[in-house]
Amino acid sequence: MTKLIKSGAYAQDVYARVADDAPLPEGPVLVSLARFQKERDTLLARNTAVGIKLQASENPELLGADVNHFALIALEFPKFRDGRAFSWARMLRTRLGYTGEIRAVGDFLYDQVNYQHRVGFDAWEVPDHFTIEMFNRALTEMTNVYQPSTDGRITIRQLRAAARKS
Amino acid sequence: MLNTLNQPLAKPRQPNMYRYDEFDAQFVNERVEQFAGQVARRLSGELTEDQFKPLRLMNGLYLQLHAYMLRIAVPYGTLSSRQMRKLAHLARTYDKGFGHFTTRTNLQFHWARLVDVPAMLRELASVEMHCIQTSGNCVRNVTADQFAGATDEEIEDPRPLCEIIRQWSSLHPEFVFLARKFKIAVGACEQDRAAMQWHDMAVQVVKNAEGRIGYLVMAGGGMGRTPYVAHVMNEFVEREDILAYLEAVLRVYNQDSRRDNIHKQRIKILINTIGPEEMRRRVAREFDELKRMGTLQLPKEELDRIAAYFKAPDFETGLSDEMPDAGPDFANWVKTNIHKHKAPGYAIATITLKTPGQIPGDASAAQMDAIADLMDQYSLGEVRVSHEQNLILPHVRKKDLPAIYAKLKELDFASPNAGLITDIIACPGLDYCDLANARSIPIAQKIAKRFEDLDRQHQIGELKIKISGCINACGHHHAGHIGILGVDKKGVEFYQLLLGGSGAEDSSIGTIMGPGFGEHEIADAVERVVNVYLAERKDGERFLDTYRRIGMEKFKAAAYQEAAAA
Amino acid sequence: MAHHNQGLQMLTANRLRDGDVLYRKGDGWALFLADGEVYRDQASADAALAAATTELVRNEFVAPYLFEVREVDGKIVPVKEREIIRAAGPTVHRHTGKQAGQVHA
Repeated sequence: MTKLIKSGAYAQDVYARVADDAPLPEGPVLVSLARFQKERDTLLARNTAVGIKLQASENPELLGADVNHFALIALEFPKFRDGRAFSWARMLRTRLGYTGEIRAVGDFLYDQVNYQHRVGFDAWEVPDHFTIEMFNRALTEMTNVYQPSTDGRITIRQLRAAARKS
Repeated sequence: MLNTLNQPLAKPRQPNMYRYDEFDAQFVNERVEQFAGQVARRLSGELTEDQFKPLRLMNGLYLQLHAYMLRIAVPYGTLSSRQMRKLAHLARTYDKGFGHFTTRTNLQFHWARLVDVPAMLRELASVEMHCIQTSGNCVRNVTADQFAGATDEEIEDPRPLCEIIRQWSSLHPEFVFLARKFKIAVGACEQDRAAMQWHDMAVQVVKNAEGRIGYLVMAGGGMGRTPYVAHVMNEFVEREDILAYLEAVLRVYNQDSRRDNIHKQRIKILINTIGPEEMRRRVAREFDELKRMGTLQLPKEELDRIAAYFKAPDFETGLSDEMPDAGPDFANWVKTNIHKHKAPGYAIATITLKTPGQIPGDASAAQMDAIADLMDQYSLGEVRVSHEQNLILPHVRKKDLPAIYAKLKELDFASPNAGLITDIIACPGLDYCDLANARSIPIAQKIAKRFEDLDRQHQIGELKIKISGCINACGHHHAGHIGILGVDKKGVEFYQLLLGGSGAEDSSIGTIMGPGFGEHEIADAVERVVNVYLAERKDGERFLDTYRRIGMEKFKAAAYQEAAAA
Repeated sequence: MAHHNQGLQMLTANRLRDGDVLYRKGDGWALFLADGEVYRDQASADAALAAATTELVRNEFVAPYLFEVREVDGKIVPVKEREIIRAAGPTVHRHTGKQAGQVHA
């Protein structure tokens, strides 16, 4: 079983994960890129949120101008070693200006949560035993960061510059 | 109280190098505690081995043939005496009294215990050292020319940029789960002592037509199963744009590399699949975007601020620039192991860890402590590690060289063989490494003993032998003038010969000669190859030059000739 | 290798806490190859590996695998060079490792 953590707290997952060949239920749905490409107009015509789940090999630029039609973009980690989604999340937030929910799904580690957070993920589908305390701890193990990222966090270089001025 | 040189204890000297401020110190300390937490979670079973492996690799910890191996970062090959003494202490306390300097200028301990590693990391942090990202699919230790800051051949010291790259790449959130390892080297001379073209990415400090300093960036070099030499990605990147450019290359690599076949996941494969032109186009796109965003701009003040840490020490003036006369043995050592220093009266001294019969690149704790004393006494507290597994005292007064040489003789580190045939690079091989197919150290020892005679070594001249115990090529065999690759033929160790590789500015990939030689044949085969060179060479040609001129045929015929006759 | 093949195998692993090389013996582990159990047929070898695999959750050892051995003058010797070195220690540092009686504990 899994839980959803969003914006630092447990959240209800309102999206129904729909297989490529299953009928679309009422309410928000999460579909694959393949399905979206086949049924784009149908999906966008519905009066309810559409989420898309991208596989690690699927570059978000494939979404084209539709990217901001999605209230949710789930990025899959097929195996925690596959780090492509870190770049996809960054791309969504910066180049594509995506402001909706970017959710980490699949096989990822507690130890990756901080990196995911930095590059623009704001929701995590986690196993049952994964607590909010663990989530918060993951984000605070390293107080400072050397390099700028999507999160806009102040970097060590900036902290140093500020310290020199004061 | 006396030091290992039987002199009164000198005050430890702190060289001009990067020093941690409170942010750096906090960073490594927190990283240590993070890893300690991961170790605890592994021991309790909260993490499986499969989950723990990438985490421990990113802290430099391998599981090898006999025990764990811990790889300690030596950023751009630079160590202070304090750090060297700490390494000696760790060798004595936690290992079996020795360490191994690697082809990426790091230090490895071969007998680490998982449960000790957090304590070892805390000790390292206390002297501004760490094991962060020395393994794993991430950006590894940034290496540089071992003569940086001392030679007059460079446009400027490359190490400030190395330090800036080190910080930028440390726990970079987007790039800690790359498709494979990513190795970066930085150079600033025409002479390439950092094997730049063999790296995933390399930066060369250059001057443009207007005399402005900038960076040439190349990418796609790499050893292993399929060796490649790097392609130029950009002839001239402005100083302030360099981090943006490096990030652009890494972004394209992370996004576009294959993830389905571990043997096809280095950036060299990507570039050779899509072609360097297309790679440049993709990188340029990311680069332009990053430049527009401006977040990675490297201001001149920041580059200057970091460079100030590395400013040249106050060299003495008025020193004689004459080399002292201290006998024929000393003169032999000077011939090969001394390089010109930019300051008059000074020299750069190479300590080859390659005395014939020794394990290449190894130093005992006692030897490390003695070298620390030499560093304080004679080299302003500083030593460098080269990718050729040697140590370098970068700033020594010529008049001190005889005393240094005398001490090196006591340490058995005075072999006058830098760049000669017995200055062999060898990986630990099957004696230590879980990945190996064959032993490499005994082969290095055998060959070095075979060619021990100094007159013969000088007759042969520059000849770089590099030995790897498996196709992962940690011994850089593809870049050897003579390369040796250990293979497993039905459970028996065999050794393939390669000729004509180079890791210098004339980089080339060695050509495999043919079927392998047995353990007891390989030194003979190498000797026959060398004899062909001696018979065929013209006009001061090195081995490499003769090979490039005449090709493989005669070498091959000679190498296999006696094997066939036997 | 056919002429070596006596069909004998052993099971090895590394101890998690210190990486020390282990040899399966009954339900437990020995530190030296000479004390380890020899499996004389594939079924018993497979059973040993299966049992060890289920025990990975104890987090005491990692990476168990089978390897071939043969009997030479009454002594059990690994077939592959790699396992010979793994059982004894580095050939270039004969004063270290199990060949010198050293264990990691």
